[in-house]
Amino acid sequence: MSILPLSLDKVSFRAGDRALLDGISLTIESGPKTVILGANGAGKSLLLRICHGLLGPSGGKVRWAEGTTRQYERQAMVFQKPVMLRRSVAANVAYGLKLRKVEAGERARRVADALRRTGLTDFADQPARLLSGGEQQRLALARTWALEPEILFLDEPTANLDPGATRAVEEIVSGIHDSGAKIVMTTHDIGQARRLADEVIFLHRGRVAERAGADKFFSQPSTEEAAAYLRGDLLW
Amino acid sequence: MSDMGQAFVLALQLIAALDAELLEIIARSFAVSLAAVAIAAAIGLPAGAALAVYRFPGRRAVIVLVNALMGLPPVFVGLLIYLFLSRAGPLGFLGLLFTPTAMIIAQAVLVTPIIVAICHRLTRDLYEEYRDQLCSFGARPHQAVRTILWDARVSLVTAVMAGFGRATAEVGAVLIVGGNIAGLTRVMTTTIALETSKGNLALALALGLILVLTAIGVNAVAMSLGGVSAYRRG
Amino acid sequence: MVRWLTVLAWALVWAEAPAQAQDRFITLASTTSTDNSGLFADILPRFQAQSGIAVRVVAVGTGQAIRLAERGDADVLLVHHKPSEEKFVAGGFGLERFDVMYNDFVVAGPAGDPAGIKGMVRATDAFAGIARGRHLFVSRGDNSGTHKAEQSIWRASGADPAAGRGKWFREVGAGMGAALNTASGMNAYILTDRGTWTGFSNKGSLAVLVEGDPALFNQYGVIVVNPARHPHVKADEANLFVAWLTGAAGQAAIAAFRKRGRQLFTPNANPSTGN
Repeated sequence: MSILPLSLDKVSFRAGDRALLDGISLTIESGPKTVILGANGAGKSLLLRICHGLLGPSGGKVRWAEGTTRQYERQAMVFQKPVMLRRSVAANVAYGLKLRKVEAGERARRVADALRRTGLTDFADQPARLLSGGEQQRLALARTWALEPEILFLDEPTANLDPGATRAVEEIVSGIHDSGAKIVMTTHDIGQARRLADEVIFLHRGRVAERAGADKFFSQPSTEEAAAYLRGDLLW
Repeated sequence: MSDMGQAFVLALQLIAALDAELLEIIARSFAVSLAAVAIAAAIGLPAGAALAVYRFPGRRAVIVLVNALMGLPPVFVGLLIYLFLSRAGPLGFLGLLFTPTAMIIAQAVLVTPIIVAICHRLTRDLYEEYRDQLCSFGARPHQAVRTILWDARVSLVTAVMAGFGRATAEVGAVLIVGGNIAGLTRVMTTTIALETSKGNLALALALGLILVLTAIGVNAVAMSLGGVSAYRRG
Repeated sequence: MVRWLTVLAWALVWAEAPAQAQDRFITLASTTSTDNSGLFADILPRFQAQSGIAVRVVAVGTGQAIRLAERGDADVLLVHHKPSEEKFVAGGFGLERFDVMYNDFVVAGPAGDPAGIKGMVRATDAFAGIARGRHLFVSRGDNSGTHKAEQSIWRASGADPAAGRGKWFREVGAGMGAALNTASGMNAYILTDRGTWTGFSNKGSLAVLVEGDPALFNQYGVIVVNPARHPHVKADEANLFVAWLTGAAGQAAIAAFRKRGRQLFTPNANPSTGN
């Protein structure tokens, strides 16, 4: 039994009298890699945090297919700026597994797997905070991979990274998808969206302006806003 | 000043002679203060981190209170503990007055707010940084408390050392609840007060110098342990 | 956490070890003047050797010592203000009061003696002279036995030191030693017991100016705290101690105690009390 699909029903989020998210209704199914695209301030990050449960919506409902308890144990999130626990690389990966009471033998196996798949095995005993930016983001991915989530949210995971590190992150994201996790990722990098997306949700001023399969979205966007964004026009 | 010079010479002589009574007093000072700081840390570190993690009504008031309690006058604490432990007081039946245990209690009361306040300041920023990530991992607040305590452990040595410094340095509280009984509750600071009142200023000053030296030693050890740990853990 | 608890347990055990080792002990509330002189350190080991009972001395001012005993925080009281002691017994806080020993108070002051009291026979005249010239005087101001003696001399002198409070009359509210340090620091006159004076090392330019007046007589008394009032009081051990102190062995020990070659206390227990 899966926690997916995730459905949002008229979700809004207000800061004072400004609606940062305005009546968003969405269903996110398991399967394709979903990329949430939009300009800065469109509400991408906020939407992701509300889906993940870090923030509660001001209005509307977020529903998972199965119940509402212990949702965190079956989802995971990678942030734009990874938060490294002041521990070794391996301990960073083990931390979430300990919280889920994964027993020691299984934990060690999953830590080793995650480090190997993200190319961090040689760093296992180093302090996580001494890693480079790209290595830190790989570690953040290793941490979530080890948790074997049903759905992984990624909030602009490569925004601060150089091209080489970005490429490594994208490969790992695809790897996590191949191992069975639903991917929901925000980006404002159109090239990255083209490389990764199976489907695109285009946000504009706190609303879902367009949702389409990646091929259709990039070749024939159906809204003027999406078309303008893809052309590189400045949206306001 | 001749008193100063005399005090230095005397301090060196006392250390060189390894006077048995002096060693015993130093050891007792340490034992009492260590026990007090252990109790204060066992209460104060989780409490300080909990103040950083939990949100509850009156939280700000608690923080203000704890910060205010850092400046508790030792004499006041001593009097309070005395009234509790006195035979005529609510805990008098325990027979703890004028024992090392009474001194440990008094010092623990003095030191706990210091450890809570410093620990809160140190863990608050760390928790700001960690909050979303821990929430995403599904950590419950009590698990978050343990996590930030562990990850802040190197800097928390500072909080514990500040508490230890306060414990070993204070005289007002232990004098009242300990009674400065020779061979039982006489510690460095009460000995200094006693020798001062006898007019033995050079000896009092020498004992003070030894207290300072031991404090420097303890801090150096703590810092170097912290340093090694910081290097290893990042 | 486990580490902290280990440290705690270790420190507690160490700190408490002497407390546990002395299974027979009594707590004696007494005055700083007797303790600071070194008398107790000299005579108590003799009592312990003979009886196996350790005596833990808590040395505070007479007023505070009486308060401690009233609350049941001591087994025996040894202080030096007879009226307060008799009131203590009359109030049912103590058993019988016994004389133990005496010494005397002296008026000390700057050797230059600006008040010109040196050699005066009567302490009251000396106090009156100090007040008249408004010379600095350090008062204990702590409700101790010495403070009470000082107050009764002031009353008899006809002078009113309260008028000079904060100016020439300086109440320090501290023990004898601390008050002497203050007087030494500001070259003031002061009333002190001879025991503390003799043992005091920071005299500076202070010297004894008036002594020998019967008004300066300083009697010490001992009282066992009433076990009927405080059942935990170790009356048997305390009575043994009082019997020893007022008996031949204790009195001889007091007489034999010397500080800087001087006898500081003269035993004067009344043999007819049956002790």
